[in-house]
Amino acid sequence: METTLSNLYIGVTLASILLLVGLGLTFTFGQMGVINMAHGEFIMAGAYVPYVLQTSVLSGARGGAVLVAFPLAFLVAGVMGLVLERVLLRRMYGRPLDTLLVTFGVSLMLQQAAKDLFSANNKDVVTPTYLRGQWDLFGVTLTHTRLFVLLVVVLTMVGVWVFMSRLAAGRRMRAVMQNRELAAVSGLPTSRVDATTFFLGSGLAGIAGVAVSLIGPIGTATGTAYILSAFLVVIVGGLGKLRGVVLAALLLGTLNAFVEHATSSTLGRAAVFAFVILFLQFRPNGIVSFRTRGLAV
Amino acid sequence: MRLELEDVRIAYGRAEVVFGVSLDVAHHSFTCLMGRNGVGKTTLLNGLMGVLPLKAGAIRLDGRDITRLSTPQRARAGIGYVPQGHQVFPYLTARENLAVVRDRAGRGDQSAVDDALDVFPALRKLLGRPAGLLSGGQAQQLAIARALVTRPQLLVLDEPTEGIQPSIILEIEDAISALHSSGMTILLVEQYVEFALRLAQRYAVMDGGLIVHSGDTASIDVAGFSDLLAV
Repeated sequence: METTLSNLYIGVTLASILLLVGLGLTFTFGQMGVINMAHGEFIMAGAYVPYVLQTSVLSGARGGAVLVAFPLAFLVAGVMGLVLERVLLRRMYGRPLDTLLVTFGVSLMLQQAAKDLFSANNKDVVTPTYLRGQWDLFGVTLTHTRLFVLLVVVLTMVGVWVFMSRLAAGRRMRAVMQNRELAAVSGLPTSRVDATTFFLGSGLAGIAGVAVSLIGPIGTATGTAYILSAFLVVIVGGLGKLRGVVLAALLLGTLNAFVEHATSSTLGRAAVFAFVILFLQFRPNGIVSFRTRGLAV
Repeated sequence: MRLELEDVRIAYGRAEVVFGVSLDVAHHSFTCLMGRNGVGKTTLLNGLMGVLPLKAGAIRLDGRDITRLSTPQRARAGIGYVPQGHQVFPYLTARENLAVVRDRAGRGDQSAVDDALDVFPALRKLLGRPAGLLSGGQAQQLAIARALVTRPQLLVLDEPTEGIQPSIILEIEDAISALHSSGMTILLVEQYVEFALRLAQRYAVMDGGLIVHSGDTASIDVAGFSDLLAV
């Protein structure tokens, strides 16, 4: 029983990270259809933000640095995404293979830039004192750091949901993603909406980066470790569907945790891939898909 | 609002589809553009809205050259466009379909939505429904209402009766007629000749990417060029 609960907790915490990484992809990949291979490097950039703050301007207030890092990482990664979209990707909409290659190139350049700036060695973000410690509940160890990450995920989810469903800017974003031409002839500023979408999606990767920095060492490959799983989460969830991404992250996270506990981490990942391949045979549109009267879904 | 198309040429790559169309839609007038499938009517409208670039020619609204404006800028210049195929934003509710256009550039005026719904009151009961689940007729009414939310001075409709049941066609006809009576300039592209001629004052017939006939609908000789209008 304790083992099951423990695996479940590990699964949920892994899911929360996947969810945070996947949320950003929901915008850029799920909504816009852009396969941005540099998304992982936006996570990396976000992860370095608390490290830079703790080793420079906020070296005397390391706990505060982590809190400041969240909005700052959102801005840093968001601006990186914005620049990528304005300079390169806006010329490539409708050309997914070109986008894939170009963003892969950008990803390599960003990794190299990080190596030049921070060296190839991993760095540690110092855990703030208020996040040190743990609770034991039914034999399961709940570290404060992981609980804090869960809280960040929940707050980010709520923020994204409010933005998308309640605010005019979110509605505009959904409209442009559903029918770009119709949005344009209706007078919606499609180019500006694209830029906003990319800023937001990339900014969320920055927040994910800060969360990742709290649960382990960070390095130039930090984003790469999560990006593939995050793409799987978005695909299994149903492209562009927030509810689906939550369910998919929980499903894949717990599956990974249970198989990994019973076997090894390699087999845990293999099990996730096998599950995704099988799952997509039966539900190619993902967990949450929405049918309309038209043929296109 | 007056619309002038001057020697408009449009091509898909090297294949020219519209070969120099000139059309003058006068202020407060109702013009219908007719012709068989594939003669370039929708292509011309796509050129008008900037969805397709012009190879040559000019487009003016009230004398102002809009040829170089982007598609959203043209819409915001006063054109309400209802594209072919009762298009909606399928995953937004009917209410959101209207609100997103109301708020297209900042917070808009709710009275514009109310006025649009007054034109099609049946939509009020469907506002919470995802637009992708509406029937063809309901979706077309929503599509027209969406264009009206922008309070256009020129309404451009591309085949609004296509695939719509007769009772809804009558409702759409009444609505368009009332909009014209209220002072709106209307350009209607339509293959349903009787419908178009009941509404319009002026007509133009396209064939092979050119306007081959035009004049007042009061004096149209439909039988004389029925081969150009046959669907």
